[in-house]
Amino acid sequence: MLERNAGLEKTMEPRESVSLLSAPLLARLPPVEGRPHLAAVAVEKAYRKGEHRIPVLRGVNASVSKGEFVSIVGQSGSGKSTLLHLLGLLDGPDTGEVRLYGKRIDDLPASARDELRNRTFGFIFQFYHLLPELSVIENVLSPLMIRYSTLAYWRKKRELQAQAKALLERVGLGHRLTHKPSELSGGEMQRAAIARALVGQPEILLADEPTGNLDAATGREIMTLLKELNAQTALTIIMVTHDEGVAAQADRTIRLAEGRLETLGEAA
Amino acid sequence: MYKLLLCQRYLRTRFIALASIISVMLGVATMIVVNSVMAGFATEMRTRIHGILADIVIESGTLDGAFNAERHMQKIEEVAGEHIAAMSPTVEIYGMLSFQYVGEWFHKPVTIIGIDPVSKSKVSDLSQHLMNYQTVKSKSGNVERAALRMLDQVPDWELEPEFREHRRMRAQQRRMLHLDEAGDESGPFGPTAAPKNATPELVDAEAKPKDNGDAGLPDAPASDNADDLLNALDAHQIAKQSDDPEVDPADPLSARVYLGAGLVSFLYEERESKEVRMQYMVQPGDDVKLSTVTAGRPPDAIHFNATAVDVFKSGMSEYDGNLVFMNLDQLQVLRGMYDPSSGQIDPKTGKVDPATCARAFTTIQIRLKDYRHARTVVERLKGAFPPGLYSVRTWEEKQGPLLEAVAVESAILNVLLFLIIAVAGFGILAIFFMIVVEKTRDIGILKALGASSNGIASIFLTYGLGLGLVGSCVGTVAGLVFVWNINTIEKWLSWLTGIEVFNDRIYYFQEIPTHIEPMMVFWVALGAMSIAVLASVLPARRAARLHPVQALRYE
Repeated sequence: MLERNAGLEKTMEPRESVSLLSAPLLARLPPVEGRPHLAAVAVEKAYRKGEHRIPVLRGVNASVSKGEFVSIVGQSGSGKSTLLHLLGLLDGPDTGEVRLYGKRIDDLPASARDELRNRTFGFIFQFYHLLPELSVIENVLSPLMIRYSTLAYWRKKRELQAQAKALLERVGLGHRLTHKPSELSGGEMQRAAIARALVGQPEILLADEPTGNLDAATGREIMTLLKELNAQTALTIIMVTHDEGVAAQADRTIRLAEGRLETLGEAA
Repeated sequence: MYKLLLCQRYLRTRFIALASIISVMLGVATMIVVNSVMAGFATEMRTRIHGILADIVIESGTLDGAFNAERHMQKIEEVAGEHIAAMSPTVEIYGMLSFQYVGEWFHKPVTIIGIDPVSKSKVSDLSQHLMNYQTVKSKSGNVERAALRMLDQVPDWELEPEFREHRRMRAQQRRMLHLDEAGDESGPFGPTAAPKNATPELVDAEAKPKDNGDAGLPDAPASDNADDLLNALDAHQIAKQSDDPEVDPADPLSARVYLGAGLVSFLYEERESKEVRMQYMVQPGDDVKLSTVTAGRPPDAIHFNATAVDVFKSGMSEYDGNLVFMNLDQLQVLRGMYDPSSGQIDPKTGKVDPATCARAFTTIQIRLKDYRHARTVVERLKGAFPPGLYSVRTWEEKQGPLLEAVAVESAILNVLLFLIIAVAGFGILAIFFMIVVEKTRDIGILKALGASSNGIASIFLTYGLGLGLVGSCVGTVAGLVFVWNINTIEKWLSWLTGIEVFNDRIYYFQEIPTHIEPMMVFWVALGAMSIAVLASVLPARRAARLHPVQALRYE
């Protein structure tokens, strides 16, 4: 327990000083040679529906290296979203482990998992999931608000706002800072969601059907943005999609069917 | 940070929350208003009662009274001197007041209290309740008569010049109409005591009991004295009728009284202005008849005339309709409450001069320096004065049942009103469950972004606190504004509904009395806030337990 926490602290060294998106994000992480960045080891997961136990994942092994762009594809119900949730600690596996640099993270105490979600993972969703009461910039700032106490946030407010603004400009929303999500188009909302996922300077971006609700052209724009991020900052990206065309843009594709790995795509 | 931001946004954007704010607000405002008005009535009542009764009273067991007030007071001083600010011996006795108004005789049962105004006004706020000290105003606020005396002037038994004039006029009228001959005794009898001497002195030579041979015990029938006194009065009347130039008809009798306003007045409504006015049947300067019993066995009835010097109005109908304050020395003499054996013999008449005799009293009123010590003082006095012969009570004990009834009433009312706020709490509970369901997805997102379960719970707790805070603040302000303007609101309501909401004929108050206790306001506001927070505990727990994946399901 203590050892694990010690390892965790190492991965969570202060990184506020690193300016956004300029330096390689992973440079400051402890290099653990030969270990995948994030891995699922023999994970199983079943959901209960009334009396029935519905298995969703039946022992999946998957791993992602640093800076890799991996897509997970499969039909509806193949368990690809569940795998993503397990990797992102939104849910815990019934059996099996989730490892970050070889350290098991799925059995950490709730507060440590909350912290990991806040600092190590960034999420984007099919339906963007912006908070409707908050403006675009407030939405983008929300992970930072969660990270810092009220006092600390107020002290750094200016700096953090500048970060969020820069990021929004980077995703092309510099002119929409104070708009409410309801005033944005789908593409703009997804860009705002990406900005929100990135503002905490995560190591791994988990995207659940990021283009699923967008038209083809906007979807392409989003994919371009993701590929750019992956290329420029060595951000590890795991993307769930059912669209083969979108999946093909990733470095590697993991195929799921009936809760099992189907084939391994060619390694990056 | 996100908690505060989200709370603030939820407060601003959720109009349903406004409903719970309003219910909290109304509850708080109602509680403050009702409590303030009840406290106002209670405080007013207490000050009025307290203003007439002293802090502590020692009553002798018998109506004959106990002798030697000085020695009693000395003993009190010895026992609890450090707490005592002032003392006043008095005589309390039941009696009958008779006066004539528009040709009819009115008789009222009264309590006659013989007081020494100087010491009595140190013991309680006597002058505040005397009409001579008050500016008479109409309800519209016009001054009808300025105060005849300043409040710092110690009350005495002098007749104000205005009323002397009234008395003189009356005497002239009567003489002209020969009413005196018709046996109307309510008219002025002329002064009985040394007319030019204005100090309230003891019965003078004429009124003195002729019988100094009756130098027996004080419980010997004293009726002779009183009879003699009346004879003397009658004799004087004759003297006056013979137009004794020495006698000023404006001089009051030696027995002088402050009459309770309720005894000699009635309220009526002016036809034109609809204003409620008070009509006095007896004015200062008029004479009234008093009947009571003498000290002694068996007690004899006596009756005598007395000049009303002032009218006493405390606002407590119980007192205003019952009390007649009289000069103590006269009452003692008339009731035979003196010990002739202790007196000196008047060289002129060869009789015992009652002025020099030891007097009896029935009650000693005590004012304390600090009323908080009342209990200890009462305990000590009870030890010093044997319980059979004396009773020692605080004014609160004397008025115990009334004060207790008010306290119970206000406690019950408070419980009922607090239920209103509790109902508002259930409203918050229901609305919050709704909001949690509505915000399920947002909760999931916040969890995905790293918010802890406690963080999510605290959003809703803070939200509840926010509602409670806003509700009780607005409610407190609304309640206080209402209380401060309650009389304006009352007038406006009366005008709107055509019903007099606050009838000053019933309540004896010109306006609705209010008394705001800061602690009461604080507790009401705090109670409302804690109910709001408590009501949000369950929804907050539910929100905290939401599973992020379930919360994020798209369907």
